[in-house]
Parts: sequence; C-alpha cells; structure tokens
Amino acid sequence: MYCHNPDTIETSGGTEYNIEELVQMALKMKPYFGRRGGVTVSGGEPLLQSKELVPFFKRLKEEGIHTNVDTNGRILNHFTVELLDDYADLVMLDIKHMTEDGYEALTGMRNKETTFTFAKHREASGKAMWLRYVLIPEITNNPELLHAMGDYFKDYKTIEKIEIQPYHKLGIHKWEALGWEYQLKDARENTPEEIKAAAEILKNYFKEVKIN
Amino acid sequence: MEVKQFKSGVWTKQVNVRDFVINNVTPYHGTHDFLVGPSQRTQKLWDICKQATKEERQNNGVRSVDTETISTISAFDAGYIDKENEVIVGLQTDVLLKRTMKPFGGFKVVQKALSEQGLEPNVNLTNLFSKYVKTHNDGVFDAYTAEIKKFRSLGFLTGLPDNYARGRIIGDYRRIALYGIDFLIQSKKADQANITGPMSDAVIRLREEVAEQIKALKEMIDLGKTYGLDLSRPAENAQEAVQWTYMAYLAAVKSQDGAAMSLGNVSTFLDIYIENDLQEGLITEVEAQEYIDQFVMKLRMVRHLRMSAYDEIFAGDPTWVTEAIGGMFSDGRSKVTKTSFRFLNTLYNLGASPEPNITILWSDALPQNFKDYCAKVAIDTSSIQFENDNLMRTNRGSDDYGIACCVSYQELGKSIQFFGARTNLAKTLLLALNAGRCEFTGTEVVSGIPEYTDEYLDFDKVMANFKIAMKEVARVYNDSMNIIHYMHDKYYYEKAQMALIDTNPSINIAYGIAGLSIVADSLSAIKYAKVKPIRNEEGLTVDFKIEGEFPCYGNDDDRVDTLAAQAVADFNNELKQLPVYKNAEPTMSVLTITSNVSYGKKTGATPDGRAYGVPFAPGANPMHGRDKNGAIASLNSVSKIKYQDSLDGISNTFSIVPKSLGASEEDRIENLATTLDGYFSRNAQHLNVNVLNKETLLDAMEHPEEYPQLTIRVSGYAVNFVRLTKEQQMEVITRSFHESM
Repeated sequence: MYCHNPDTIETSGGTEYNIEELVQMALKMKPYFGRRGGVTVSGGEPLLQSKELVPFFKRLKEEGIHTNVDTNGRILNHFTVELLDDYADLVMLDIKHMTEDGYEALTGMRNKETTFTFAKHREASGKAMWLRYVLIPEITNNPELLHAMGDYFKDYKTIEKIEIQPYHKLGIHKWEALGWEYQLKDARENTPEEIKAAAEILKNYFKEVKIN
Repeated sequence: MEVKQFKSGVWTKQVNVRDFVINNVTPYHGTHDFLVGPSQRTQKLWDICKQATKEERQNNGVRSVDTETISTISAFDAGYIDKENEVIVGLQTDVLLKRTMKPFGGFKVVQKALSEQGLEPNVNLTNLFSKYVKTHNDGVFDAYTAEIKKFRSLGFLTGLPDNYARGRIIGDYRRIALYGIDFLIQSKKADQANITGPMSDAVIRLREEVAEQIKALKEMIDLGKTYGLDLSRPAENAQEAVQWTYMAYLAAVKSQDGAAMSLGNVSTFLDIYIENDLQEGLITEVEAQEYIDQFVMKLRMVRHLRMSAYDEIFAGDPTWVTEAIGGMFSDGRSKVTKTSFRFLNTLYNLGASPEPNITILWSDALPQNFKDYCAKVAIDTSSIQFENDNLMRTNRGSDDYGIACCVSYQELGKSIQFFGARTNLAKTLLLALNAGRCEFTGTEVVSGIPEYTDEYLDFDKVMANFKIAMKEVARVYNDSMNIIHYMHDKYYYEKAQMALIDTNPSINIAYGIAGLSIVADSLSAIKYAKVKPIRNEEGLTVDFKIEGEFPCYGNDDDRVDTLAAQAVADFNNELKQLPVYKNAEPTMSVLTITSNVSYGKKTGATPDGRAYGVPFAPGANPMHGRDKNGAIASLNSVSKIKYQDSLDGISNTFSIVPKSLGASEEDRIENLATTLDGYFSRNAQHLNVNVLNKETLLDAMEHPEEYPQLTIRVSGYAVNFVRLTKEQQMEVITRSFHESM
C-alpha cells in the first residue's frame, strides 16, 4: 500500500531477459560490488518468479557473485525452499505488521503467519537474514508492536540486523502517474524523535538497527 | 646538506625530493577523527577573503587591476590579507585579488583584457611593446603558415596557447623548502658548467635557459626578503616548510599566467615537517591545520588577468592549482599522511571550493579510512576529482608525480609537458563527408578526400575518408604545436618553474581531442542504422536523416564502445608519427575543459542526430542523456578507452543524485568508494564526481547570491557554479545526472 516503486508491482509488462543475459549484465558490474555488493532481486515480489530464480542464482554463485532476495515472504514452495537453502546468500525479509488486522489493513491480505513460517525456514537453513520494517506513525510505529516484533525474533541467530525505513511520501506521485489511488494519503511522516524512539526499542532485541 | 632530525639518503648529496620523502614519511592509516576546525585567526582571514570575492563577483569578476607594473617574481611590495593573523604570508601583489599584467604571452591580450575593464596599460609599456619588445604571440604569428591559420580560424584547431601562456609546467616547489635556494643555485651552476660544446642549437639554448633559471632563483631570494623570509637556506620547521613551498609557488604565479599552474604533490612532503614538529611538541594539531588552511586560502586567492573570450574555453576564472594527494609508493607503502587529510579538511574549514584543484590519486590499496574520507568529501562538496594511481604509476614509471592541469601525469622535478589544447574530432569527421571541405564555408581544408555522393552513408567508405582527414589534421596540428612551443620557450620561458626542475628534463607534448562521443555515435549510426545526409546546393551536409536504431556510447555496448576506443587509437597513431620540437614524446588527451560548449557552436549537424550548435559532451563523456543504462554502464563504456592510446588523460565527469548512491551517509560513502575501486580496476584513468540534485543547480541559477561557494566539477577542474555563464550553466544542467547505478 505504501510501496515507493509501484511501477514494479504489476506482474505483466517489463522487459524479458534470459538468465544468461542477466548473468552477463551482473558480470559487467562485478568490479563495482566491493566487499558487500552483489545481485539483489526485488520487486514487486521476486519470489513470484522463484522457479526461474533458482537457475539464475545458481549461475551467479558459479561466478562468485553474492545473491540476495528482497521479499515479503508470502511464497514458500519447493523452488523457494531450494533458493533459501542453497542459493540465496542473504534474505531481506519485509515484516509488514505484527497483528493480523494490521497486516490486512496494509496488504489487503490475511495470514501474516506465512511470513513467519518463511522466517522460521530461513532460520533453520542457518544462513543470513535481515529484517526490514517500514515505520509509519501509529500504524506500525508504536511501542507495543515494536516490542512484539523484538520478542518474536529475539532468539533468531541468523538475523544480522533490522533495517527500519521511515515512511515517506516520495512515492505518491508515482502512484498518481499510474492512475492509482494512493491509499495511505492521510498517514504522516515520522518525526526524528519518533524514529529514534523506535530504534531504541529495537536495539534491545537486535544486534544492529539501521535507519534508512 | 645535513639536517639532523631527518634520515639521510641520496637526497642529502643531490637534489632528490622523492628520496627525502621515501626515507622520512610516516604513512597514516587511521580515521579523520584527529582533524580540527579552523583557528580563530584563520576564520578572521577567511571572512575578509569571502568579502573580497563577493566584491569581485559584484564588480564583473575583477576587483582591481594594476596597469603600471609588469608582474615578475620580485615585482610588488609585500601584500597581506590581515598581517597579524597570517601564519603563512604572501600575495601575488600588494593587494588581495589585484590582477596584474604579464604581457610576454601577448601584449594585445593584456590590452584587450584591460580595455574590457575600461582601462589601458601605462603608455610607456604600450610604446615599448608596440615598438621594441616582441612577445610569444608575435613570434607565433610570424611563423604560422596560411594553412595553420585556416585550421585555426575555421575551428578545427581551437584554444591553442598561441595568445596566452601554455602553463602546465609544474615546478618542484618542495625543493626550496628542503634545500634552500643557495644550494639550488650551486646545483644549477654545476649543471651549466657541464653543458659544453660543440655548440649546437640545442646546447646553446640549454645554456641560456639554465642562466635564466639561476636569475629566477636569485629573484626568489628577493621575493622572500620582501616578506622578511630567508629563502636562501632550507626550512627549519613545519611553518617554514609550508611558507617556503608557498613562496616557490608564488614566484611561479607572479611571473607566469599559464592556463593551468599546478602545485604538484606537496602534502606528503609537508607532513614530514609537521609530524616532526608534532613529535617534538613544538606545535599541536591546531597549528598544523592552521598552516594548511592558510596555505590553501592563499592558493584560493591566486588570480590572473584574462580577457572575456578566454572564458569560452576556460569558464569560471580557473587557475588550476592542482594538488595531487594520496597514491602509493612503488615499494607498496601508502603515500597517505595526516596532512593528506588536513588538505581535504580545508573543504570543511573554509567551505567548498574549486581551487586548489584537489586530485586524489586512487588505488585499491589505499588505506580504507582514507578512501572513505575521500568519498565523504566528494559527496559533501563535489569539489574533488579522482585519478587512477595504479594505472599511471605502472605505465609511466614514477610514484612521485603531480597532475598538470586537469588529468595529466607529470613526474615532479624530472619532466615537463607542452600543452597542446585540442582538435575538434567531430568536425574532422565532417571533413570526411564533405570532400575535405569545411561544412559551413565550403573552404577546402584537406585535399585527397573523394566527393561523397551516395544517398546513404557507407561505413567503410566513411572510415576510409575519415582516416585521410585525421592524418591531415594531425599533420597541421603538429606543425602548429612545434611553432607554439618554440616561440614560448623563446619569448615567455618559465624560468621560475624550470629553476625547480632538473636541467634538461624529459618532455611530453600534450595533444588533445574533443567530440569523441559524437564521433563514436555517428560512426555507430552509420554502421548500425541508415544515415542519409541532407546536402545543400553546394553539396555540403547540413543535416542527417537517421532510419532505424543504433547503439550509443555510454551503455556498455561493445558495438559502439569499440568505435570510440578505435577513434582514439587511430588519431593518436597519426600524431605519434610526427616529429616534435625538443624531441618531446607525443601523447594525447580526451579532454575539453569547458570548450565543449563553444565547439558545439563551431560544428555543424553530425550523423549521430546532434543538431548544429548543440554542445559536445565534455571530455570522454557519453553525450548528454544518451547513457541510459545507469551509472555503471556509463563508466564501463568510458573505461574501454585505452590509457596507452591517450597517455595525457581521459576525462570523465560523472554526476549522480545523492539518493541513488544510497539511503544513508554510510551507504553513500561505501558505494562511492566501491564504485571508484570498480571503475579504476577496469583501467579507467579519471573521474570527476558530482553528487548533486539538479534542483540545487536550478535554484542557484535563480538565487546566485545564496550559493557563493557552490562548487561543481566540470571537466578536469571545478568551478564556482555561479561564475559560469547562463549558457554554460544550462549545459551543466542538461548533462546526465544518474538516478540509478
């Protein structure tokens, strides 16, 4: 509902590339990856294409390129499992909301548990994971919810950090350009104090809290 | 020569600053946390300078001019900003920002520059120069052929240093601090005694040149005395080392007004003295930073008298006080010292600034803390540029070098270069389509190119004609260069700089080309699309109709990037065949300064679809807006131009909006440092980095008074954005601002 890249949500359209073309593009950029760079697939929801992602990530691993999935964790099929267990060096998992109603209000869908099942699965693989959390005043930024999230994940060993993304309205014009109604029009941006307070709470539970 | 606190070496017996540095340097691997802000004294001085530069801007770019005195090393009384607060003294004249006449490059240029300010030179000088004294400009035009004049007036050769000083020669200004002038005079005298017969032209000339150098050294002692300094002896502490070095540079900018007057590579050298004084408890970090802040402040206040036409090729009143910082020693140690950080810190202590033109010699092996700090400074100030240290050090052979002007390697104290401006390669391509005739006037410029009458352009035929055109343009270009440098040596010899360089140094001649991206895209259009020339009744091309798609340079597409690389190699090969004055080694750059705007005006429509009059992209940049695949693809395309084919430098100016570098400051720093590592690992040579939003520039056009120090890298140098003309500002704004990596 607040995606700042709404132009990437639609599942039709875009330009088609075959896997080898994408690998070649990545190889051209490899010198710029540095110590921490690599290929991140994001979206929209990249795991909608998890069947194709398996061979793509496999090829990237062969080329020594770091792989990363940026996902909301709603899709868990045997392709995703293969990706999580064998080929994704990092998973960035978007936690939308800690309550079922809140989750539905933001995503239009129920069953937040799929995301948590996804997290459990990644934890079992023993491979790195970051959480991401969009901070919207009141809606997701209140102490109760933040403590609940911390409490839920505090024993996870694979979570290296949580990135909090303070909600901003920069994406509104893109929604309007697409002719869609921006549904969070009334939400306001966080004050610096509110961002700081949220970070302080999360620091009790996570090794690293990063504000984007 | 024995200075007790320093470790001795070859340097104690003969002039060899590099050896002193290698034996005494303390490389620094830490963070920037030790840095301090400006002292109160520095702040007081800088306030005065800011007020003075404001007055200068309000007064049409010139605060005051002396019309009575020819500026020489020892001309003018001592000048101060505010004497009691200055720890590093010296101005070009007795008054801050006063410009002076240096008429030996060309007296008419001085007259013109003065008349634009409503002034005239002292009548005795006018008399002298019109009747008795000959200048560089007079000499060049006495020798120019009709052919050279034609190439020049039609715009095939432009910006040639035939009516202004060639610059680019970097004195090893450290020598005065390390040795004192007495020792340097002895050394030059010994050299001169060894220059003996048979008395060929070259030998006679060299004897005369060394005699001139010795005179310059003596004049430098007088310059020091004006300020109560004894430059005849070596510097004995950090303050003196900075002061002596600045005096040496001051001697150069008092007696010469070359377009680019680089400083060299002084920070690592000065650090040895500063570190020594810190260790002995003589000074604290406050004084250390104060010396550097005040030195840099003085460098920012250097001015030359220019006529307004000069602004077309060198916009924004640049002086190119280029200081190279960082890099690695050949023995694998880093050259980064605390004073490297202190120089960068001036951009915070005094605010952003185009001068000195701080150039980071980048290597993947530099200490990570330094890399991160450089990236931070680039992001915060858009004032610094980066060059590939690994590439230059290994290809050119020395680890002790400065950057002449924008991008050009020059070994310090051992070699010099002859500046050669540039030729218009896009216009040269049009010769190939117009039977060797100028596309505007129809004048025959090059003979031997067949008339082209086909309806569509054929790649092979065009290439064959283009090669003939390149060969001929190279020949005439070389002729003009030989005349220019012969005359410059004769009438406006750089005795101050040359006195601080080894006798008989190696020389490279620095040719250049403009319009590379237009040539590449034009050849690509001809090869991959169908290009139909529209000809006027005289048979000259006035426009082109392109049918179909073609790849553009700047998208990491080998089909066109190889055309760009090949054009550079081809023209360089033509230049390499030709003999050069003083046996200089031919080298070439892909660099435009800001003349890319005026080149546009002088070049008709081109086969890439560029309309007549549209500015060129600067340097080796892809054309504005045609690099559509993100920042990295654009960088990759430029990195394919081979340094070996363009040893004088390949300039790339890169602008990116802050958010595409990363969400947080930490991310932006890491991403920029990683981008530099990546780009240079591909053997790219140079990168100007601007991290800016277009909106800031547009706002600065509306409200210039609010942006007095807004600095932007343009092409191998930086300018105060508000000092560009409207036209140049618009060109900068239309450049690609990458919104994605």
